This record gives sequence, C-alpha cells and structure tokens, in this order.
Amino acid sequence: MSLAEAAFIQAVDGVPLKIKLARAERKRKLKAVGLVLPLFLFVVITFLSPLLVMTLKSVENEETFGRLDRTREALASWSGQDLPDEAAFAALAADLKIAGEQRLAGEIAKRINYEFPGAQSKFKTITRKVAAMETGPYRETFLSTDAAWGNPKLWRVIQGASGKYTAYYWLSAVDLRQGASGIEQVPANQAVFLDVYGRTFWIAGLVTGLTLVLGFPVAYLLATQPASRANVLMIFVMLPFWTSLLVRTTAWFVLLRNEGPLNDLAQLLIGSRFDMIFTRFATILAMTHIQLPFTLLPIYSVMKTIPPSHVRAARSLGAGPFLAFWRVYFPQTVPGIAAGCLLTFILSLGYYITPALVGGPRDQMVSNYVSYYMNNIINFGQASALGATLLIITLVLYWAYNRLVGIDKMKLG
Amino acid sequence: MAYLPQLGLPAYASASERAWRLFFFAFCGLVLLFLISPILIVLPISFNPTPFLSFPKDDWSLRWYEDFFFNDRWTTAVKNSVIIAFFSTILATSLGTLAALGLSRPNFPARAAVMAVLISPMIVPVVITAAALFFFYANPLMVTSQPLLILNNTYAGVILAHTLLATPFVVITVTATLTGFDQSLTRAGASLGGSPALVFRRVILPLIAPGVISGALFAFVTSWDEVICVLFIGSSDQRTLPRQMFSGIREMISPTITAAAAVLIALAVVMLVTVELLRRRTERLRGIRT
Repeated sequence: MSLAEAAFIQAVDGVPLKIKLARAERKRKLKAVGLVLPLFLFVVITFLSPLLVMTLKSVENEETFGRLDRTREALASWSGQDLPDEAAFAALAADLKIAGEQRLAGEIAKRINYEFPGAQSKFKTITRKVAAMETGPYRETFLSTDAAWGNPKLWRVIQGASGKYTAYYWLSAVDLRQGASGIEQVPANQAVFLDVYGRTFWIAGLVTGLTLVLGFPVAYLLATQPASRANVLMIFVMLPFWTSLLVRTTAWFVLLRNEGPLNDLAQLLIGSRFDMIFTRFATILAMTHIQLPFTLLPIYSVMKTIPPSHVRAARSLGAGPFLAFWRVYFPQTVPGIAAGCLLTFILSLGYYITPALVGGPRDQMVSNYVSYYMNNIINFGQASALGATLLIITLVLYWAYNRLVGIDKMKLG
Repeated sequence: MAYLPQLGLPAYASASERAWRLFFFAFCGLVLLFLISPILIVLPISFNPTPFLSFPKDDWSLRWYEDFFFNDRWTTAVKNSVIIAFFSTILATSLGTLAALGLSRPNFPARAAVMAVLISPMIVPVVITAAALFFFYANPLMVTSQPLLILNNTYAGVILAHTLLATPFVVITVTATLTGFDQSLTRAGASLGGSPALVFRRVILPLIAPGVISGALFAFVTSWDEVICVLFIGSSDQRTLPRQMFSGIREMISPTITAAAAVLIALAVVMLVTVELLRRRTERLRGIRT
C-alpha cells in the first residue's frame, strides 16, 4: 500500500487516517512541551530576565536620570569647553533643592563622584547652601563655595549623567573614559580592570592546564585497571568531588597557613617557613584541587569506550609503546579532553570563594570585583558592567562547548 | 636473573617501558594523594584541644565538636541550611524530573536549544546570578515601581535561588537515566490497559527512580554548599552553614570550622556511597532488561 492510498483510508469516524495520525502526533508533542514548560518558564522568568535587567542596569543612569532635568535643558546649548552661564547654575540649584527635599541629593552626588572624584563633598556643601537660598546669583555662590564648579569637566560629567543612558560603566570596565575630545585611556594608576580580566584568564588557563596534566594519567590508570581496583581508586576522585567546595577551601586555608601543617613540615625538614597563604600559588593550588575531578571524569568516560585491542593491534604491527599510544590511543581521547578542559575553564573563570579566602589582593578575579562593587562600594552600575562582560565571555564559551561537545554528553559522577 | 615486577605489562615489555610504567604509577599515586590528603588532614586537626589550627600534640578533645553541635550560632546555621536545602531539593527535583521526561520524548522540538537554556544556570558564574537576582528580588513582580513583594532577605528568595542553581543537575542526571529507557515498556503498559498516570507510577517511576534520587542528592548538595547567593540576597536571618564557615574563615578564625568541615566530609561520604549504590541498582535493572 502506498502513502497516497493510506491518505484515503478512513478511521471509524470517517476522518482520514493520515490526519488522525498527525493529530495524535501533535498531541504527543504538546504533552512533551507541557512537561518542560514549568521549568522553562521558571528559568526564563527568574534567571534570564534578571540577567537582562542587570545588563540594562550597566548602561542606565539610575541615580540621576529624571533628577537633573532642568540642568540638562539649560546645558543643551552649552559648548562643553567654557564656563556655563548663570541659567545653568540656577537650573542645577533648582534640581538640587528638590533632590535635597526628597533626600535624593546624596545619590546624585555619589553618581557624579564615580566620574569626578571629590565631587561628593562639593555636592553636599552646595546642596545645603542652595536650600537656604531664595534667589540668585547662583554662579557666584557656587564659584565662591568651591573653585571646582568652574571646571568644565565637572559640568560635562553632570551633563552626561543627566541622560537616561551612559557608556561610563562599560568604558570603565575596559579602562577607558570619556575625555574632553573623545574616548581615551584612563591614567595607568587608575587602570585596573584589563589587568583583572588578564589575571582571570591566566589563572583559569593555568588551572585548566594543570588539571589536564594531573588528571589525564589518572584517568588512563582508572580506565585500564581491572574494575575491582579501579572502583577503589575512584573513591580518591569522587570523595573530593562530593565534598563541599567550602570544606576543600577551608582545608587548603588550614594547610597553607604560616603556622599550618605544611609549614611545620618545612620547618622540620629545611628549617624555614614559606608565605603560602594569600598568594597566587595558594589560589591556583586550591582551584586545581577543586577542578581536577571536573577535567578528569569526562576524559575517563571517553577512555572507557576505547577498546584495548586498538593499541594491541598497533603493537603487533610493529609500533613501539610510545608510538602506539600517541598515534592510536591519544587521538581517541581528544573529545574527552575537550569536554573536560572546556568545562573546567568555564567554571574557573567564575571563581569567587577560593580567591577570596586563600588568595591575596593581587589574585582577586572578575567575580571578586563584581562582589566588591555590589556589596562594599554599592556601585551597582559598575558591578553590572563587569558582570555583563564576564557573562558574555562565559556565554560565548558555553556556545562553543555546546557545538564541540554537546550538553547531552555532560555527565555527573 | 634479577626479579622484574610485572606491572601489568606483557612479558615482552622492555626495561625502559617498565621504568616508564613505574614512573606512571608513582605519578598517579601522588596525584591521588594530592586529591585526598587535604580532606583527610582536616580531620585530626578538628580534635586539637588548643585554639590553634594544627595537629593535636598530646591529647585530643571534642571541644570544637561541642561548639559546633551546641553553640546557637552553628545550630541556627545548620537548621537554616536544612530548611533551605529541603525545599529547594523538592522544587528542583519536581521541576527537573518533569522537564527531563518531556525532553526525552522522541521528536521534541528545538531540543538542543531548550536544553541549553535549562542547563545555563549551572554555567553562568554564581556571582553574576546572585547579582542579577539581587536586582530582580528587589521588585520581582515588576508591575509597579514601588515593590509589592520583596524577596531579598527572605527564605523564599534564597530557596528560589537555590532551586534555580540545582535544576540543571536534576535535568542532567534524570535525562542520562532516560537515554537508556525502553519506550516500548510504556506502550506495553498502555496496551495492557494502564492509564498514563498508572503507567508512570508502576512502570516509569521504578525504573528512573535511581536517576531521580541521584538528581535530588545533587540538588541537595548544591543548595547545602551554596554560599554566594546567601551572601548576596540573604540577611543574617538566613545565615546557612557555608555562610557561617565563610565568615568563620574571613572574620574570626575559629577552630570550629574544622569540626564543621569534618561533619560535612562525613556527609559527603554518605552521599558518595548512596549515589554509588543507586548507580549499581540502575545497572542491575538495565541488565535484567537486555
């Protein structure tokens, strides 16, 4: 019976069988989608949309937009190079008066202070002063209070902050700023973030390399030993894997301290102690320890699928042990190496706890700076911009992982 | 003739091959030691009677364990951790298992893309997730500028955050169990007159149960270990065990952290054994089928 004939076969209720089949198929598909939908919506609403909100926050003037409208209008025709006119001073005074009454002047001052260090105290003084003033002249009052009000740069910052959007946080995240004539590099003593990104990549790369060098031989050992022995050795890998990250970091913290067991041992053997805690060495050592199972396990599961007969065949055809390994065995492990290393690299880029607890000030990574701006300085715009750059880097790598390895292949334990 | 160890090599192996093999074993032994020793070394230190983080010299003491089990600061932290981990495990396991069941149906539309979205909370650095959630939880309903609901500094907020972080683990584990699942068993159940609910309860669930339990354990451990979200969106009321350990290292170095670490290591051993037993059970069930 051909497909064309099947189209004419009818079910009991007179509907062609082909349509009935399609209906049943659609119903099954809808049911499958219905099962996934709750989690999908949960992830979209409480994860993807907040990430979007955070990214938007990094280009918005949340503290100042709508609160400096008069000033913005008065500055619309300003050249940007010389001293603004009395109208601009009067407008800023009016804006600050209202902001002062609504207790929002502090937020404005803080925002301007990011771009013009020292502005915070000048804003505080002037807000108090204009609150008591009924009429002008404002320009003279401002200038006699602080000479900085005559600085066109401060006015450019105010003008920039009065709009809805700003590029300040993103420029700042890559050590750039808006200068008098276009975008320029920030002075070397203020440039921090490019160094932080470089450090983050360097640490993540080094940890990935170390986990590969240490993990590959062990994966090979586990894959080639008889099952009974491999299962016992596997405990050495799986126990750290199941132990809390904080416990492992605590363990390294205790071990590497100046009065810790490792230094006691060093004192006993060679009579001197080393500064190990709060160093780059401690950060990398602890991170390597934590990430080792993540690199090792994908390599191991690929190695388990390689038949031992391949290497035996190569040997019987005259290859030496090294050649047989390198030309026959090793190429088959590459998918596992890619999966393990990429996963470790992606996870290492986002480390926070370990550098915070065992690293020094020069070992803090991007995540630590995000946390610093979120919780210590309370500069949400800068935290968001740094977070968004790290997010984009991570998503690009995730996409690559997906293309190269496929999420379906991801296994745990 | 000198005795040559066999080292699992064939009889024709050359001397250099044997030397290389010996080096390989030694290297692997050192790496395995590196993996396990930090965890083991904490254990004796936790019995030191003096407030120094070093090996006990003369006598042993349960002093720090007493502090861990009876000091309010630590017992509250344990209680908080249990409450938060319990609810996020239930939520994550239900959502994750349903999604995995849907994803493993044949011809699921745009499967790879949907899967990529569902796994993404595991990949995005937790600090970024925590920062984004902090902004979102300030006004989660987003209908009015004055928030009708604030999830920051609440148990619900931390539980939802942990649920989000834990679901990828459930999806991955249950999907892995379902890849070997014989769909004809479902059809057989249906053809014998079972309703979809009955078939799920009596046929599908017993077969995927080990995967679901493993997933639930992963979800539990994810929440149980998590500290960054608690730092960002929780207040001191939601202080969990990892949060307490974090400040135990950062602010005041109390040796009680070593006792806490030892208790958590014991818990990890229990988890490891459970997951291993479940894995064997899955293999056995599959063995019966083929």
